[in-house]
Amino acid sequence: MIPAAPDATELIARARKLLAEHSPATTSRIDFLRARFDAGLAWVHYPVGLGGLGAPRALQAVVDAELTAAGAPDNDPRRIGIGLGMAAPTVLAYGSEDVKARFLRPLWTGEEVWCQLFSEPGAGSDLAALGTRAVRDEQSGDWIVDGQKVWTSSAHTARWAILIARTDPDLPKHRGITYFVCDMTDPGVEVRPLRQITGEAEFNEVFLTGVRIPDAHRLGEVGDGWRVAQTTLMNERVSIGGGRLPREGGMIGKAAATWRERPELRTHDLHQRLLDLWVDAEVARLTGERLRQQLVAGQPGPEGSAMKLGFARLNQLISGLEVELLGEEGLLYSDWTMVRPELVDFTGRDAGYRYLRAKGNSIEGGTTEVLLNIVAERVLGLPAEPRNDKDVPWKELAR
Amino acid sequence: MTDLLYSDTEDDLRAAVRALLTDRAGPDVLLGRIETGSPYVPGLWRALAADMGAAGLLVPEKLGGQGASHREAAVVLEELGRAVTPVPYLTSSVVATETLLAIEDPRERVTGLLADLAAGRTVAVLAVPLSAAPDARPATGGRVTGVADAAVADVLLVPRADGLYAVPAAEAVIEPQTPLDLTRPLAAVDADAASGVRLADRAAADTAIRRGLLAGAGLLASEQLGLAAWCLEETVRHTKERFQFNRPVGSFQALKHRMAQLWLEIVNARAAARAAADALATGSPDAPLTVAVAQAYCSKVAVHAAEECVQLHGGIGMTWEHPAHLALKRAKSDQIALGSAGSHRAVIAELAELPAPVPSP
Repeated sequence: MIPAAPDATELIARARKLLAEHSPATTSRIDFLRARFDAGLAWVHYPVGLGGLGAPRALQAVVDAELTAAGAPDNDPRRIGIGLGMAAPTVLAYGSEDVKARFLRPLWTGEEVWCQLFSEPGAGSDLAALGTRAVRDEQSGDWIVDGQKVWTSSAHTARWAILIARTDPDLPKHRGITYFVCDMTDPGVEVRPLRQITGEAEFNEVFLTGVRIPDAHRLGEVGDGWRVAQTTLMNERVSIGGGRLPREGGMIGKAAATWRERPELRTHDLHQRLLDLWVDAEVARLTGERLRQQLVAGQPGPEGSAMKLGFARLNQLISGLEVELLGEEGLLYSDWTMVRPELVDFTGRDAGYRYLRAKGNSIEGGTTEVLLNIVAERVLGLPAEPRNDKDVPWKELAR
Repeated sequence: MTDLLYSDTEDDLRAAVRALLTDRAGPDVLLGRIETGSPYVPGLWRALAADMGAAGLLVPEKLGGQGASHREAAVVLEELGRAVTPVPYLTSSVVATETLLAIEDPRERVTGLLADLAAGRTVAVLAVPLSAAPDARPATGGRVTGVADAAVADVLLVPRADGLYAVPAAEAVIEPQTPLDLTRPLAAVDADAASGVRLADRAAADTAIRRGLLAGAGLLASEQLGLAAWCLEETVRHTKERFQFNRPVGSFQALKHRMAQLWLEIVNARAAARAAADALATGSPDAPLTVAVAQAYCSKVAVHAAEECVQLHGGIGMTWEHPAHLALKRAKSDQIALGSAGSHRAVIAELAELPAPVPSP
């Protein structure tokens, strides 16, 4: 008989038991996180033994609230966002029992950071065009990987990567791809900082030369990597947006504060544009709140795509206005030193930095142009443009 | 917490109103009516206001109404916006009704009038220009132009120097004007020669009119939302069926992006309009700001959607036979109705503490 999934009362009891046995005051951060994972309170909707209890996903909030109130350490989800949001659900869905048992615990505790080796210099929005090759070594059964990846966040701190590579160039591009877990400490992996327009290097280029991956670290069937990658990418979209924002909680708050504190900078032209953007930002906030209410009510809608597109545009316009508002000060920049931040910083630093960093918002996670196509075809049901790449072997495609 | 979703009751109401309008006031009917000089569809108002009870949604049950709220009235307006229906709902069932409801210590004359409005027996119109913003101080006395739906009003609510008066429409001079929006007739009204009954003194009248116009502006956002949604749906339908260059024109990326962009704007407009309706329904102190945000946003979305509807229909969109022009005329007129986007932004500047530059001495 399958035991019933625990309810909120039982989860609270389990959280209290964890706190009683591993007091946050006397337990080290990592020991507490390990104990929390082992108690099934890491992600309650995961299976028993893999950090969860098979409970409804919504009940995670109950556990988090109980533990936070008791001063328990968290696993710094922003720092390990790729692992939590993208690698974990894919490992769970496609990994063998050994793979799941090996990877999920240190992933969740943050002891092992993950990165994502998907995008390539020639395969961004057209991700399935990727050319990194994985060839089977007939003797050992291992896969030997050669190629180049780009825009890789956290590659310099990551222990593991999720990787898609081409295993059959004779097939059309979506069908010859296979999905792997790649060891970032392999001697064939070289990570180089990719300096961007802000001056810092938040991303990396990753060069793969003769990287050896055991077949046990393949996720899904050979040639089925595109379908496996959809699991990863769907979870990426889900994790974007979501939380509640107060009024002026986003970038508009910075611009509004500057406006209030610096009356000498005000002009009529800037005033009208600021009010216009203030309205747009407030409406975007309400849309986010409406999306959240839909999710809570169990009626998820396609409005999430509106959030990503809206915030990209707004962040660019608001930060641009703020640089102008600052006038002579806007001519200056805080610091061009190349640093390698561990976290993405959209709203920190000065207006000039925000302006430059926001340029990426309409490119990363799907360009605005590609997402508009997706909205047009999947939400509005408009016909696709004719395409000539779907049935052509990858090796014959124009590059 | 602001509730931005639709309740099951609201969905049912929407379905009922939509069925009525589809049945009785489709584009062909409207296009035929505007040739007659009066766009109002005979019998439609009675079916909507009285039989369906929509006129009394804002009126408490003890005064003969449905005791519902601005949230339900907003859903009715979404449907009226979709179908650009010529009915005095916004003017009588929202602005005039809300004005009367806002009169403190109402005498029997006010409650009696509210009961008549709620039952759909009487149409009342506040004698101010359709363009009046919620914070406008209406003129007192003389000829007032641009009064919406005055042609079908039974009672005019007339602001005068010493208060608000109810004047039988038959005793006033009402001259129809030629409106840009063929589905919302305008008239010049002169009620100086009529006596009428005083409903409130000047101070009470100012407060009540402001609340009437605020509710009107807030719920107009829902009309604009409905209109924009219809424009997008029609445009998507048309561009999927219309072939040029051996392809449906809706498969061209240049067009798809424009329709996707409109969808994004409509998603936002829905959140803004719902927030305004909910703030009015709950009497939130945030209502003036939420209404101003909804108006500043939704008016431009409706105009954008209607303009795109005409453009993406190509030559068909420019013809009198296709209803796109009815939507465009309504959207453009709604942009001016109950305060321009600029006047709503001025309210936001004050309430959100984003002051205009101070002129140098």
